[in-house]
Amino acid sequence: MIKPRYIAGQAVAYAAFAVVIAYFASNPVYRHHNPDNALLKLSLTHAGQKVGECKERSADELAKLPPNMRAKQSCGRERNAVTLEMDIDGVKVFSQTAKPAGLSGDGRSRFYDSREIKVGRHVIQARMRDGNDPNVFDQVAEVTVELAPRQVFVVDFDEENGKFEFK
Amino acid sequence: MSNPIKSAVRAGLFRVESGWDMLVGRESNPMYCLGAMSWFFFWVVGATGLYLFVPYDTSAVRAWSSIEYISREQWYWGGLIRSLHRYGSDAMVLTMMLHLVREWCLDRYHGARWFAWFTGVPLIWMVFSSGVTGYWLVWDELAQYLAIGTAEWMDFLGIFGQSIARNFLNPGALTDRFFTLLIFIHIAVPLFLLMAMWVHILRINRANTNPPRPLVIGSSIMLVALSLLHPAQSHPIADLGKSIGDLNPDWYFMALYPLYDAKGPLVTWAVSIGASLFLSLMPWMAFRRKRRAAAVVTSDLCNGCGNCASDCPFGAVVLRPRTDGLHPSPKLAVMQPDLCTSCGMCMASCNKTNPFLPHTGETRTTAIDIPDFTFDLMVKRVSARTHGLVGKNRVLIIGCEHGAVLDHLKGPSVGVLPLHCTGMMPPSLIDYVFNKDLADGVLVTACRPGECFYRLGPEWTELRMNGERVPKLRGAVPRDRVRLFWAASTETKALMAELAAFRVALEELPPIVRPESTKRRVAE
Repeated sequence: MIKPRYIAGQAVAYAAFAVVIAYFASNPVYRHHNPDNALLKLSLTHAGQKVGECKERSADELAKLPPNMRAKQSCGRERNAVTLEMDIDGVKVFSQTAKPAGLSGDGRSRFYDSREIKVGRHVIQARMRDGNDPNVFDQVAEVTVELAPRQVFVVDFDEENGKFEFK
Repeated sequence: MSNPIKSAVRAGLFRVESGWDMLVGRESNPMYCLGAMSWFFFWVVGATGLYLFVPYDTSAVRAWSSIEYISREQWYWGGLIRSLHRYGSDAMVLTMMLHLVREWCLDRYHGARWFAWFTGVPLIWMVFSSGVTGYWLVWDELAQYLAIGTAEWMDFLGIFGQSIARNFLNPGALTDRFFTLLIFIHIAVPLFLLMAMWVHILRINRANTNPPRPLVIGSSIMLVALSLLHPAQSHPIADLGKSIGDLNPDWYFMALYPLYDAKGPLVTWAVSIGASLFLSLMPWMAFRRKRRAAAVVTSDLCNGCGNCASDCPFGAVVLRPRTDGLHPSPKLAVMQPDLCTSCGMCMASCNKTNPFLPHTGETRTTAIDIPDFTFDLMVKRVSARTHGLVGKNRVLIIGCEHGAVLDHLKGPSVGVLPLHCTGMMPPSLIDYVFNKDLADGVLVTACRPGECFYRLGPEWTELRMNGERVPKLRGAVPRDRVRLFWAASTETKALMAELAAFRVALEELPPIVRPESTKRRVAE
């Protein structure tokens, strides 16, 4: 039973407890992105081309292999690292080379970037190198887009059609 | 004993707790049972969560609207339950973090206590994970922020086959299966949390998982009132096609996310893992602290009564079947040294720890003893500390080395005997003081219950002195010459005042009439 002399104190203490809980349960306000800006996301996973060509095995080579492993071609698993670059209005804002995932280097390369961008018209160009020639970008695409406040604009890669996707 | 910062923080804590005692009453002060309060809030969250699970729709399209239905259409039962669920979890985080800070302040995390501290660290992450996944389920803008932030944070590890953040690239990427997985996680993690909470208290004897009833009632009323006055609200429904602007985050669970936004995943992982490792290893960072020797059982004296096993705060003493044949009792107390904090409560509880019992030679023995502060040493110190006291109101103060500073109270009529813990004092020692005319009064002082360095020392002392727990203070001991006073390390002045009042009271008492011959005196 609560003693009468403690009732006022308890009321104060519980009120303070409640205020502390309630306040920090939703305050202070936090601004994640400026609501006047748009958000540009670059997100793709892409497997680079294989490093080596497949090689035909000779009869001698096949004979040395166990019967269940006598495939006619010997193909390396390793893939190229993928380089991705992105320009906004002619200014390079993203450039990264990602190694393929996996212990054998045969997985996908992964890219992720998220940045605020002013609303309005922008020219966005994406370039990707996934082949063996270090001087050539295998994929290049450009889009002109009108961005609205809080709009999320995504740059992705359509693996089925083999081209950049802007959405 | 500890660093000056910690000592200052501890002194401040004791003053706050003492002030709070005066404001709300000792029984309603949550600072003494913060762990138990966390348990209570866990049950509140669990019970309300069960209710919310029934009407919740685990689909990407209808998740938000089902929460809105619970909050607005089920007027106002559903909204109340949802708010209790949210505020209960916030209160759990608050009490849990205060519990951690308080245990650190009181130095209760090393030695035999490493296990509770070490197993407590994962609990923090499990509580946070439970809360964050719960906020995801609402699928409002806050959930969107948390989902994308968490996914990006996890993706940084590079251990997942696919990028998790790609699930939140656009509205079409999100499936109902994701929400089914999410609610599974939101239920599974708290279940693991419950198991981990049980492990956390496994090595604590008589662990307090239920707060006092006044606190349960008061906290429940507070949560209900808060839920009615300030009900939990959702943000607007999540839209992956829109970026997140202003949010009202629940800072109890989401304090790390702005750090992630500002400093990126590497720093956030470094802070999280670094803080967890630091916390986990703290029990072994107390470099200059020497661990006292564990209690020792003398097999041929132990009669297997089990008092020591019952009183040990950490379950360091267990009863096992006797195999040595040194005593006719079927059981024997066995010490587990790793769990022993050397508080001496087992020694005080032993019915062989009695200065009136006959002993051979110079040394008193008992069935369970503390090597660096034996029962024999205690009795000899009582004689030494009372030797030469003068006046009609001679007082022996028996107290705890962690409580008020006893040396400040020494005087021509006052002797002091600090112990490892006041719970180490067998009540028969008080009887002995009067029987031998060593003092006119005994002032027993202990840390306030809940502030005991070892746990349970003040509680056992009070019960034993009131004759409510064995070993009991003998009824013939003049109660007006014995006083018990709680005094934390910051309350030495209060103890001085109590001592002065006690001595005045003693002066007014008639002299003790001591029988010339009793069985005990003959035996002695």
